[in-house]
Amino acid sequence: MRSETMTLNMGPQHPSTHGVLRVALELDGENVVACKPIIGYLHTGMEKQAEYKTYTQSIPQTDRMDYLAPLSNNLALCLSAEKLLDITVPERVQAIRVLLTELTRISAHCVWLGTHAIDIGALTVFWYCFREREKVLSIYDMVCGARMTASYFRVGGLAMDIPAGFLERCEKFVDEMPGHIDEYESLLTKNPIWLARTKGVAPLTAKDALAWGVTGPSLRGSGVNWDLRKAEPYSGYETYDFDVPLGKHGDAFDRFAVRVAEMRQATRIAKQAIQRVRKLGEKGEYRLRDWKYVLPPKEEVKTSMEALIHHFKIVAHGFFPPVGEAYHAVEAPKGELGFYFVSDGSSRPWRMKVRSPSFVNLQALPVMVEGKLVADVIAAIGSIDIVLGEIDR
Amino acid sequence: MTLAPERVEQRLREQFPGVAFERQRGEAVRDFTLFLPADQLVGVCTFLRDDPECGFEMLSWMGGVDLLPRVPRFECVYSLLSVKQVTRFTLKVRVPEEQPRVPTVCGVWPTANWHERETYDFYGITFTGHPDLTRILLPEDWVGWPLRKDSPLGYEEVAFTHNTPGRKLPSPALKKLAPKKVRYRAQ
Repeated sequence: MRSETMTLNMGPQHPSTHGVLRVALELDGENVVACKPIIGYLHTGMEKQAEYKTYTQSIPQTDRMDYLAPLSNNLALCLSAEKLLDITVPERVQAIRVLLTELTRISAHCVWLGTHAIDIGALTVFWYCFREREKVLSIYDMVCGARMTASYFRVGGLAMDIPAGFLERCEKFVDEMPGHIDEYESLLTKNPIWLARTKGVAPLTAKDALAWGVTGPSLRGSGVNWDLRKAEPYSGYETYDFDVPLGKHGDAFDRFAVRVAEMRQATRIAKQAIQRVRKLGEKGEYRLRDWKYVLPPKEEVKTSMEALIHHFKIVAHGFFPPVGEAYHAVEAPKGELGFYFVSDGSSRPWRMKVRSPSFVNLQALPVMVEGKLVADVIAAIGSIDIVLGEIDR
Repeated sequence: MTLAPERVEQRLREQFPGVAFERQRGEAVRDFTLFLPADQLVGVCTFLRDDPECGFEMLSWMGGVDLLPRVPRFECVYSLLSVKQVTRFTLKVRVPEEQPRVPTVCGVWPTANWHERETYDFYGITFTGHPDLTRILLPEDWVGWPLRKDSPLGYEEVAFTHNTPGRKLPSPALKKLAPKKVRYRAQ
């Protein structure tokens, strides 16, 4: 009997590739012989465009990379630029940033969980997850007026102060959230179909994960204790009390379990951040008072000549970092997200390199699925948690 | 436990006595960065990965930089990460414009595969020994290296009568309104 393999093109318009990912699969019956992810369908040249923009002008670009976690991207860019400038933002700003990025983590994980469950056939979870995501989007809306492309953080602070009633709203959400996570878990964690589709599926050993540069929940699912919030703390994360959930077997179920546990930890951190902001004042410093780098508040521009001059300088040219380079990474919902800036002393970056977690994590897909069944490819893609906007940039 | 990058540099100098390592100095070089010759790259990377004291088991990212008009023109940046020692270490290789070639580190860290393809795609730097050096983000038939500094941001020229053969002006009265010459200058 003659046997030959078949080449199957999955994507770029396949609904469970989470965007425009194309996977060229070589199949022997239902078994995957070879798998090759093909990317670039969403490439918009953000790194090139950044060289023609000031540092601040690149912030809205970052929203469009991982569009499910805009504020984590803003934070990564701002922290890299702040490292280059050698400035530190006030404690209150740090607490607000932590609060919002942890809410972002919850909402990004909600989208991941909903779509991942849909891919494997559990439609119900999706509606529950999007209900909570909607609440986070309303919080973004409240704080900056945009639901998805927030662009709320600035180099040296925030775009504006938090509005009245913001902390109460966050608090209400954070208090409700653990109950909602219980709901998701009651639908999935002991569901026999879910277990059959994820337990032992798409395994990734710790050694492979490190060699392939996998970071974030996918790495921790393989049992490697590596969280940048603990290992290289930024924005005062070392002062928050939280645990790093770890998996054991590195399969799709462990990655699911890690992310769900991470959502619980994120509510815990957010709760502490709310208390901290409240202690430091519901109204107060929301940017560094150094007008060489930061836009002065509008009220001061109207009364002080000096502030007006700085306002013009910052709007017209931006700030001028010293000649040098800096790389700073944050623990984004998907893994290590870092920005590398090379500065030639002008107000525009000479080079902006984005180290996006999805781009690197996706590379490990063939390791997870080769030799397995074709149906598991769907589960594997879902369990890595990719966003193509960030992969293609 | 955190391993100081100075200690890593010391280990390298002990292990590779003949190699010209050079610390990058500058007003605002915020990360510890070491230049090394391209031909030593694979050996040094393998050592840093396998050395029990350093143990850089992960290549966090690598990328290119175009420093036009400086000579040598390009730089390749390798950001190494040790999960065990909680340390980052940056290596840099200078790449000349005439021969933009660097040995691949895919054999040391498989994750370098896509990073090197991206650098090839953006800068035209070839990585010798790379298993599949093709364009990754741009279309296969793309001409040029978009992130080079002499590559313009990109325009699609507007179709006027003077630059589109066969295009006729609707009436002679409008002819005086037609622009004489439009030239886009590469930024």
